[in-house]
Amino acid sequence: MITDVGDGRRGVQVEAALEKRDARVAEFDVSAKSPLRKLQHFLHANPTAVPAIVLLLAVAAFSLIVGSRFLSTFNLSLIIQQVTIIGVIGIAQTLIVITAGIDLSVGAIMVLCSVIMGKLAVMVGLPAPIALMAGIAAGAGCGGVNGVLVTRLKLPPFIVTLGTWSIFFALNLWYSASETIRSQEVARSAPFLQALGTSVDVFGARFTYGSFFMLMLVGLVWFVLNRTAFGRHLYAVGDDPDAARLSGIRTDRILFAVYVAAGVICALGAWTLIGRIGSISPQAGQTTNLDSITAVVVGGASLFGGRGSIIGTLIGALIVGVFRNGLALSGVDVLWQEFTVGCLIITAVALDQWIRKVSA
Amino acid sequence: MTIVLGTSQSTAPLLQARGLTKRYGRVTALDHADFDLYPGEILAVIGDNGAGKSSLIRALSGALVPDEGEIRLDGQPVSFRSPLDARAAGIETVHQTLALSPSLSIADNMFLGRELRRPGVLGSVCRVLDRKAMQRIAREKLTELGLLTVQNINQRVETLSGGQRQGVAVARAAAFGSRVVIMDEPTAALGVKESRRVLELILDVRQRGVTIVLISHNMPQVFEIADRIHVHRLGRRLTVIDPKTYSMSDAVSFMTGAKAPIEMAA
Repeated sequence: MITDVGDGRRGVQVEAALEKRDARVAEFDVSAKSPLRKLQHFLHANPTAVPAIVLLLAVAAFSLIVGSRFLSTFNLSLIIQQVTIIGVIGIAQTLIVITAGIDLSVGAIMVLCSVIMGKLAVMVGLPAPIALMAGIAAGAGCGGVNGVLVTRLKLPPFIVTLGTWSIFFALNLWYSASETIRSQEVARSAPFLQALGTSVDVFGARFTYGSFFMLMLVGLVWFVLNRTAFGRHLYAVGDDPDAARLSGIRTDRILFAVYVAAGVICALGAWTLIGRIGSISPQAGQTTNLDSITAVVVGGASLFGGRGSIIGTLIGALIVGVFRNGLALSGVDVLWQEFTVGCLIITAVALDQWIRKVSA
Repeated sequence: MTIVLGTSQSTAPLLQARGLTKRYGRVTALDHADFDLYPGEILAVIGDNGAGKSSLIRALSGALVPDEGEIRLDGQPVSFRSPLDARAAGIETVHQTLALSPSLSIADNMFLGRELRRPGVLGSVCRVLDRKAMQRIAREKLTELGLLTVQNINQRVETLSGGQRQGVAVARAAAFGSRVVIMDEPTAALGVKESRRVLELILDVRQRGVTIVLISHNMPQVFEIADRIHVHRLGRRLTVIDPKTYSMSDAVSFMTGAKAPIEMAA
C-alpha cells in the first residue's frame, strides 16, 4: 500500500490516497518538480535550443515593435552581413572555448593578417592570391605562437593571449606604419582581396559572398567537430584533460592544432573583413575580440570547456546582430545596445551554470 | 587455453617488471619495484595510501614513463611511452577516475582515442568516422557484459549514474583488453549492489582468458576473487601472498609494516 503511494507522499493519509491514487500521484510528479527539471534536462541534452529560442523570440519581439522595417528581407539579410566578421571569428573562438581556453588575440591576429595581405598585394605588388596565402600563413604562425606558449610553457590561455593580443597589435601598427590602405587602391591593384564583399541580390535580400563564405566555414568546422576523431578529441580535452590523456589522446598536439586552426580562421576572417570594409586599416576590428566571446557565450558554449557548438555560436552572433539592429531601428540610443548585449552575456552564463547543475 | 589458478608459477609470466623506479623531485614513488603477472590469473595489488600502487599501475599502463627499470611482456622488453602503446599491446586500464569524457556519448567514450573511420576515401581523406559501426560494437559489448540497462548508446556519460559510468569504463577495458585488464579501485565509488556487479564482471572477463590486475582497498573483495595478492609497501613489492594461506589481518599487517613477511613468495 505504502509503496503504491510513493515516497513523496508519506504524510498523506493512506486511505485518502487510495481513493484517487492514480490522479494524485501523477499530479505530484508533474506539477511539483518536473516541468523545470524536464526543461533543464532538455536544455542539457540540446545545448543549441536556448540560443535558437532566444533568437526566435528576439525576431518576433522586434517584428512587433519595429514592424516591417525590421522584418523586411533586405533588413534581415543586412543583419547577416553585419554578423559575418563576428561569425567567422566566433568559429575560431568556439574551437578554443571548447578546449576550456579563451583567445583574446583573435581580433589582433585578424587585423595583422589583413594588413599583411593588403601590404603585400598593394604595396609590394605580389599577386593577390599569394598575398592571401601569406596572410593565412601569418595567421597560422600567430596561432602557433599561442599554441606553443599554452602547450609547452603550460601558461594559462587567458594570459598567453592577453600578451599576444598586445604583441600582434603592436606588430600590426609597426608593419602598417599605422597607415590605412584606401579602398580604391585595393580595388585597383588587388580586387581579389575584396572579392568577399561582392553582393548578390536574391528576392530583395542582399547577401555578400562573405556571408556564404561564413556559412561554408560553419559547415566545414561543424563537420570536423562532429564527424571526425579530431572533433571528438577536442571535446574530450576540454571536458577533462587528464581523462583524455589516459584515453590515449595526445592532448598537447590537439591543443596546438586548435590554436593554429584558430589562427588560420582569423586570417580567413581578415579576408572577409577586407571585403566588408573595403579599405585595410590597422585600427579596424577593435571590438572583434570581445564580440566573438559574446557570440560564443550567448551561443551556449561553456567557458569551462567541453560544451559548445558552431551552430550555437552562429546563432549567438545572430542574436547580438538582431538586438543591435532592432534597437537601432527602434531609435534607441546606441548606449542601450551595449547595455542589452551586457545583459545577454550575463543571462547566458547564468543559464549555462544552471544547466550544468543537471544531475543524472 | 585452460586457466591455471594459484599454481601458475610453472608458466612464464605474461607481464613482468623489474627494478621500476620513478622519482618526483625528492619523492620516490617507485623504488626498484618488481611485478609479476601470470596468464589467466587475478592478481590483487594492495598497499597503504602512498605506497606507490598507482605509480606502478600507471607505469604498466603507459601513463607514466619510469626513470629506471624494465617491463617485459611475454618475456620481451617493451617500453610504453604513452597509454596508446600499452593499449596496442593488449593492456587496458580502468583508472580510478574512470578517464571518461562526461560530455561525450557512451559510444564516443568507448572508442575514444581509437575511433573507427569509414572505409575508402571518406575515411582516409575526409577522416569521416564510422559512427554506425562504433555504435553497433559499443552496443554489442555492453550487451555481452550484461550492462545494457542504458537505453541509448548515444546518451552522454554525464547523464549516467556512478555505477553505470563504472560499467562503461569496465566495458571499454574488457572490450579492447585482449590480454591484460588493470582495474584501479573499481568498486571504491560504488554501493554494495553495484560493487557486486563489478566483481561479477571481473570474473566474467577472466573467464574469457583475460588476465586481471585488481588494485583495491577492500580486503573482503580482494580475498574473495584474487588468486594471488601483491603487497606493495614504500614504493616496492614487499611480498606476494596466497589468499588461501594468509588471513586478511596478515595482509593488513604486511601492508602497514606491522609484520614482516617471512619468505619472498612468487
